[in-house]
Formats: sequence, C-alpha cells, structure tokens
Amino acid sequence: MMTTTTPVKAEARNLSFFYNGGNHALKGVNMPLYENKITALIGPSGCGKSTFLRCFNRMHDLYPGNKYEGQIVMHPDNTNILEKSVDPIEVRMRISMVFQKPNPFPKSIYENVAYGLRVRGENNKRMLDDKVEEALKGAALWNEVKDRQQDLAFNLSGGQQQRLCIARALATDPEIMLFDEPTSALDPIATANIEELMSELKNKLTILVVTHNMQQAARVSDYTAYMYLGELMEYGDTDTIFTRPTRKETEDYITGKFG
Amino acid sequence: MNPQPQANTLKNLDEVRAMIKRHKLNDYIFSIIGLLCLMVGLLTLLTLFIDLILSGYPKLLSASFYTDFPSRRADSAGLLSALVGSSLVMLVTFFSAVPMGVMAAIYLEEYAPKNWFSDLIEINVSNLAAVPSIIYGLLALGLFVYILDFGQSILTAGLTLGLLILPVVIVATREAIRSIPIAIREAAYAVGATKWQVVYDHVIKYSFGGILTGVIIGMARAIGETAPIITIGALTFIAFLPPSPITTAAPFLNFEWLSSGFTVLPIQMFSWLSRPSEAFHVNAAAAGVVIILVTLLMNGFAIRMRYKMRKNIKW
Amino acid sequence: MLAALSAVFTTVAIVGILLYESYGFFEHVALKDFLTDTVWTPLFENPRYGILPLVSGTLTITGVALMIAIPIGTISAIYLSEFASHKVRETVKPILELLEGVPTIVFGYFALLFITPLLQKIFPGLPTFNMLSPGIVVGIMIIPYIASVSEDAMRAVPMSMREGSYAMGATRFQTAIRVVTPAAISGIVAAYILGISRAIGETMVVAIAAGQQPNLTFNPMESAATITAYIVQVAMGDLPHGSIGYQSIFAAGLVLMLMTLTLNLIGHMTRKKFSERY
Repeated sequence: MMTTTTPVKAEARNLSFFYNGGNHALKGVNMPLYENKITALIGPSGCGKSTFLRCFNRMHDLYPGNKYEGQIVMHPDNTNILEKSVDPIEVRMRISMVFQKPNPFPKSIYENVAYGLRVRGENNKRMLDDKVEEALKGAALWNEVKDRQQDLAFNLSGGQQQRLCIARALATDPEIMLFDEPTSALDPIATANIEELMSELKNKLTILVVTHNMQQAARVSDYTAYMYLGELMEYGDTDTIFTRPTRKETEDYITGKFG
Repeated sequence: MNPQPQANTLKNLDEVRAMIKRHKLNDYIFSIIGLLCLMVGLLTLLTLFIDLILSGYPKLLSASFYTDFPSRRADSAGLLSALVGSSLVMLVTFFSAVPMGVMAAIYLEEYAPKNWFSDLIEINVSNLAAVPSIIYGLLALGLFVYILDFGQSILTAGLTLGLLILPVVIVATREAIRSIPIAIREAAYAVGATKWQVVYDHVIKYSFGGILTGVIIGMARAIGETAPIITIGALTFIAFLPPSPITTAAPFLNFEWLSSGFTVLPIQMFSWLSRPSEAFHVNAAAAGVVIILVTLLMNGFAIRMRYKMRKNIKW
Repeated sequence: MLAALSAVFTTVAIVGILLYESYGFFEHVALKDFLTDTVWTPLFENPRYGILPLVSGTLTITGVALMIAIPIGTISAIYLSEFASHKVRETVKPILELLEGVPTIVFGYFALLFITPLLQKIFPGLPTFNMLSPGIVVGIMIIPYIASVSEDAMRAVPMSMREGSYAMGATRFQTAIRVVTPAAISGIVAAYILGISRAIGETMVVAIAAGQQPNLTFNPMESAATITAYIVQVAMGDLPHGSIGYQSIFAAGLVLMLMTLTLNLIGHMTRKKFSERY
C-alpha cells in the first residue's frame, strides 16, 4: 500500500533548533511528510516533538532569540520555509495549525471560522458565508452550530471548540495542517470525533500530528516518527513501527517500558 | 483527492506575497504612530521641565531665593517658609501614614480572615485610592480644622496628606508582602515560630524594600499635593518660621510647631502663579522646578529600586 | 486590626462630613433648585444655587481630556503590549510612571503659561482662561494611567490566543486589533472609566487655567469653573464657618464624590470581572 510513488509534500533536512538561551532542542532531524498522509510524532515529553512541529509554521519566530538551522523544504515549489527571506506569515498562510488546548477567539462562531479569510482581506459576505459553511461541514460541526453561528465561541463544549479551531484552520485551504496534541484536553468521545475527522481531512491535505498517546498514533497515522532528546530515533510506516521496530529504544517506548 | 486548492495556492503565491507586503505596511505605520503616542508623554515632560527652567532660572540661581520669606515684591520673595513648611508637614504625614498603613497591610495579609469584612476593607482601600484629593481637603476642613479644632495648622495638613497616601502605603505594602512565598513562612513555622515572630522576623524584613518604595512614592505625591491644603485654608503669606521642633533645654523636643500656621511649596507656587504680575510668574516657575525636581528624584529613586528588586529577587 | 479599620474610618468620615455639612446647605436650598437652576452664584447678594454650570464645566473639560487621553493612551497600550521590544518597554514604562508622579500644580502652570499662549496663536480669539487648554493638559496627565491599566489588561490575554491568530497568518497589527483588543476590551473600558473619574476630580490644573466663572456651556473655547475649581476658590477666601457659602463647597464636594465614586465602583467591578476571566 505504501509505495514510493507517494509524493513528498514537505521535508525537514538536517533541521536543528536552538531556543533562546542556547537549549539545543532539535538535532539534525531529517524527515519527509508525504502528501495526503498523516504523519505522527511520538516520544516522551520534552523530546522535541512539539518544537519540531512548531518549526513548520515558524511559530518560534514569535519569541526573540530562537534560532533555526537546516531546512524545511516544501514541494512542489521547493521553497525552504525557514529561509530568512521567506516571511513567516506566508508560511502560516500555507500551513495552518490546531493547538493543544482549544483557543477560539472571543468572537462569534462565524467570525472565528472566517478569521483566516478576513486576515487575508476577504470581506465578500457571500464568499465568507460559503467558506464558513464549507469549513464547518469539513470539521463536522455544521449540524451542531448552523443555527447559532452568531453565538460566542466560548459557549461551545471543549470538543466543539477544538473542532471549531479545526474549521478555522481549514477555512483557508491550507496545504498542510499541524496538530499539536489536539485531543489532550478532551474526553474520549470528543477525541474519537477528532480522530475520525483527521482521517477524513487527509483526503484534502497533509497532516502532521504530535501525540502523547501511542494508541492514537497507531489508529490515525500512516507514518510514525519516534523522537527522543531532540533526535529522530526511528521513522517508518506506522504498521512497521508498531509491530517491528528496528531500535530497542522505540520498542521500549511503545511497549510502555519507558516514557 | 482534491488537488484544486493546492494548485490555487501555488499560482497565487506571488499574490499572497504582495498581500502580505500590503498588510505589513500597516504594522510599520502603526509602529510609528505608537511610538509617536508614547513620545507625547515624554515630550510633555521634557517641554514642561525646560519651560520651567527657562522661565525660572534667574531665581533658581540666586541663593537668596531659598533663604528669603515671601514678599510683596517679586524680586525679593523667597521660598524659605515654604521649604520649612513642606518639611514639617511631611514629617507629620510620614508618622501618621506609614505605621498605620504598614500595620493595616500586615493585618489584611497575615491576620484577617477572608470574609465579607475583609472584602469590605479591600473595596474601601481601592476606592479611597481613587477619591479626588480635594475631597480629602473637605474632610480635613470639616473634621480636623473645626470639629477637632486643630486649626489651619501643620498638624492638620500633615494628617490630611497622611490619610491621602494611606491607601498608597497599604497597597504597596500588601504587594510586597504577597510576593514573599508561602514556603518561607512555612519554613519559619516549621521550626516553631509564632505568628508574630514570623511576621516580625521574616515578613517585614523581606518586604522592607517594597514597603520603602511605596512610602517614597506616597511621600512624593504628598509633597506635590495642592488642592487639599488649599481647601483647609493654608495661608500663603507666611513671613515667619514655626517654632523649632528641637530646643536647647530639656526635654529638647517641642511640639508647638504642630499648631503653627504654615505654607508649603505647591501653595507658594500657586499663590505666585495666580498673581497677574509676570515677575511673580518667574518665582512660580522657579518653585515649580524645585517641586518637580524633588518629586522626580523621589519617584525615580523608588521606581529604580523597584525594578532592581524585581530583577534581583528570585524566590 | 484597628489600623485596617482606619481605611473604613476615613471613608465613613468623608461621607459623614460631606453629608453633615450638605445637610445644613439643603436646609436653605431646595434640592430641586440645586439640580435644575442654571445659575450658580452662592456668594452674591441674591444667591442662586444651581449646580448645573459647575457640572457642565467639569464635563466639558473631562470631555476634552478624554479626546486626548483615550486615543493616545489606547494606542500607547497596544504598542507597548504587542509591538514594543522588551527593551523599549522597560525604558518607556518607568518614564510613564514618572509622568504620573508630576504634581498637578506644575501642570497647572504648564496649562496657563505654555499651552494657552500656544493655543491663542492657533485660535486668536481664545480667552486667557478657557476649558480647552486645561482639558488638553488633564488629558496628557491621564494618558499614563489609561495606558498602563489598558496594557495590563492586554498582557493578561493568554498567549495561546495570540498564537492562534498568528498561526492563521495574521500580522502583528491584525492580531492586536482583531484578537487582543477585543479580548481585553472590558479591562480597557475599566481603564477609561477610572480615567474619567480622575479627570473629573482633577483640581489644580482647572482651578488655574479654566477660570473661576460658573458658566453653563459645553463650549471648550469659553471660560468656566468646575466643581473642584469652585471649592478651591471658596476655600481661598475667608468664609465664616457654618455660613451657607461654607456649606456650599461641601454640597459641591458631595456631587463630586457621588460622580467619582460611581465611576470608581463601576470601573473596579469591570476590572475585577475581567481579571477573573483569564
């Protein structure tokens, strides 16, 4: 099923990252993201998986003193998105992100979803209406909120808020979507909803997900990467990683002997 | 598979870049406007100061300005009685506000049970801090001047300003106390200290710096306050000094000065300023420089100290 | 315990004195006249006791002050909280604090002898005493307050919300205007309300630069006394204790107290509600 003909959407090449103060959080990571696939990052906390994910939308640029080395190249245009000359805003317009805790804005449901479009200068009401509806449907939230789109987003449940954040990220047709432990603040039913949603979303875009939950990685992802102390220990298709890991460390982590 | 949006994005990459450029222009424009807005305050302070010095320098440089009493003639009028008056009033203010404020704060932080009563006091303190200063003047006029019959004296003025800065002292002290971690207190209790020992040996000691900055800021405010002192009816033309607080004969202290009439720096400045003659405006400017220097120095010292403390202390 | 009660005691004493002396005042003056008469001349032969001219003067100057302080204060706050580097913030904030500590009497001098002559060059007909100049100066005086309270509110907005906005490709300006400001709005409004209260209670600048004539107008180009200026004016004279003129300043003070107290309570409640949200 996994063939070499699957195109690569983006790849990290010898990526290192230093936090302000010199903490060497990523050490020469090489890893591809295949198009229309879900890649999961697992590893004990502090292993650098979230740091790695946040390189993809240059989130680290928000805080002074952080430093990247190496490349993240996006295909098919071959842009190194870590290049100084590439504006982080441009990167974020192509790659959207869903956070660990739902972080809706203090606005209506409608305005939350429309935010990305508004930020891009889109003010055409019909266009916005269509896109918001499409995104809410895409995030499996439409049926629950279609009659109260003007309600404040804070009034939704945690799971609904997270789906709203997915709709928000979806509305701008991103090429890649990053999920940073998207279900760690949610109950099992809401978690199942989000996982199902991710499996559907991969038909439209490429997904990179950080998860602390190995079952989740096994359930949703096509490829899995195991990281430890800022290094990529093992990468492969999910079935292989979970059934026949090549490295002892990976096996220990997966079987729960450590981590 | 739906390759449509991706193809779109790529084709539009140049458009996206142009749009980002446009949007970022707003960032630059706002940065400039923001800096300009910040400059308004800074420039005002600077203009004010330069204007005062330029208008007041003939007086500022003459030593007699600081040793002369007020006079009907602008060129021989001086600040002496105001300088002495301000110092004495501050003395009263310090002794009325600081012990009271610090004790109140310690009680509120360390002793008071959390109930409707402590809430009431809390709301009270924050509201008092926002009561216009002239209202304190009315309070003093009714209570100190007439009901308690202290007259228009140094005592009245000092107590009035003491009440005025009481909330400042209380708030600063509470913040200082609150920044001491529970762990320190628990460590002291763990070796068997009583509540009072904990408060005395640790809480007061460690929050001393914070209390001091609060006291200095409060006193700086009191020195510059004009409205409440006018309201109690301070005289502006005082060509004498209050009796000295220290005497040569036993018991070496003399409290007659408390009931003496007085003037203070801002009142003296106000009285010069409200004369139509421009010659007196020079005096007002010079007095302004003295007032602003004293308050800026005090505030500057306190603010510096606070920033330093924040940097140094890491519990 | 007793020390803590001093705060309560002060409040009770303020309210008590104001009510007590005002009671004497209202034995002579009908409340209806006080609130509806349009002339305030308590010290004349035929005294009239309408507080409205003093209120209009107070409100006009406050209005001018807000037109200066709200835009500049808000923009400064947004800049400090969302744009300024750590270094700029650490430099500017102490300066703003210093500005907050400048005695008002000095600002009074500035209004009368610097701003007014400057304004007279722009508006040749402007009288020496007018409400525009003190209004502007009071506005500048409350900028640091509005800026610092608003900035506190903006910095209380959780970082995750900003990250959410930046992750959507928003610029700093878009994040500041579309996400952070709306999220902090109740804290910012509290800053405005508390700022208004300060402007209303401001005394020396208006007593020096706005004139002493009660004048029922909302035109800032005219001269008019405020509540606070009236109290200063009367207190400087030598009014006998217990006379109606003496009592009138307490009645005026009571009105001032009611106005500021209401604003302060609303402001503190809004602020508290806001800080509970984050």
